[in-house]
Amino acid sequence: MTVPAAWYLVLAAILFGIGALGLLTRRSALIMFMCVELMLNAVNLTFVTFSRTLRDIGGQAAVFFVMVVAAAEVTVGLGIVVSVFRRRNSTSVDELAEMKG
Amino acid sequence: MIAATVPDVLVFVTAALLIVVGALGVLAVKNPVHAALSLIMTLFGVAIAFVAQSADFLAAVQVIVYAGAIVVLFLFVIMFLGVDRREHVEVEPLVGQRAFAGIGVVVTVAGIVTLMAKSHWVTGAVAVSGQGTPIVPGSANVREVGTAVFTTYLFAFEATAALLIIAVVGAVLLARRERRRDEIDEATASAAPVTEGSDR
Repeated sequence: MTVPAAWYLVLAAILFGIGALGLLTRRSALIMFMCVELMLNAVNLTFVTFSRTLRDIGGQAAVFFVMVVAAAEVTVGLGIVVSVFRRRNSTSVDELAEMKG
Repeated sequence: MIAATVPDVLVFVTAALLIVVGALGVLAVKNPVHAALSLIMTLFGVAIAFVAQSADFLAAVQVIVYAGAIVVLFLFVIMFLGVDRREHVEVEPLVGQRAFAGIGVVVTVAGIVTLMAKSHWVTGAVAVSGQGTPIVPGSANVREVGTAVFTTYLFAFEATAALLIIAVVGAVLLARRERRRDEIDEATASAAPVTEGSDR
């Protein structure tokens, strides 16, 4: 038997908090994307923990789909970052205050 | 619940250390390349936690897709753009944003932990979603994951295929350099075969 599920849930909550803090405080779009990945991983950890606790494979299937969506999100997001960098020569989100290209 | 053995606790502590130290690294370091490497550390820690909870397939996918593909994509973009060190950490466009962010995150995490401690929604009920495939604790369940994805969640699986195609097309459209008007006119006027990618 592995350690209690609550340990993993607290760990996931801490990981989610660190990711959220980074998303709110950092200025570089790349670092912000990495922090979003941290938050997604925290949720994945929660899914797997509940999948084990409730003995239901649906949690693991959900993690599978979260990973696919995360991959798609990173692909499009980094495409946008590259596109923005070409125009602005910076990835700082502070300089993206207008919708104009 | 049966008490956890010493190796289990050791595995958990190792995973937790990797996860937290890596996440703090992403949060704190200045160099984006170092942040990406810290992200790999966190992802490996999560993979360890997956293995410890007998989600073997997801641990493998975690290493291959996240550490192998997503972080490489991050590193590729970082190096393609040149390492962008000009993040103005000292400038605060919104006064007190960092302090409020810290307070908000602490309150949120404390709220989640309190909720877990006070409420008993981890009931231990087995397979509450009805049609779900029950899994045997402590066993590798790659077969069960495959069965669930290709039967119960088949529609979602097909939708992810469409999503990935859309993401690839969108990324290519967003990231490719726009050709200027005169270049297009020149290309059509001379009717020469367009040599894509020669001048990027």
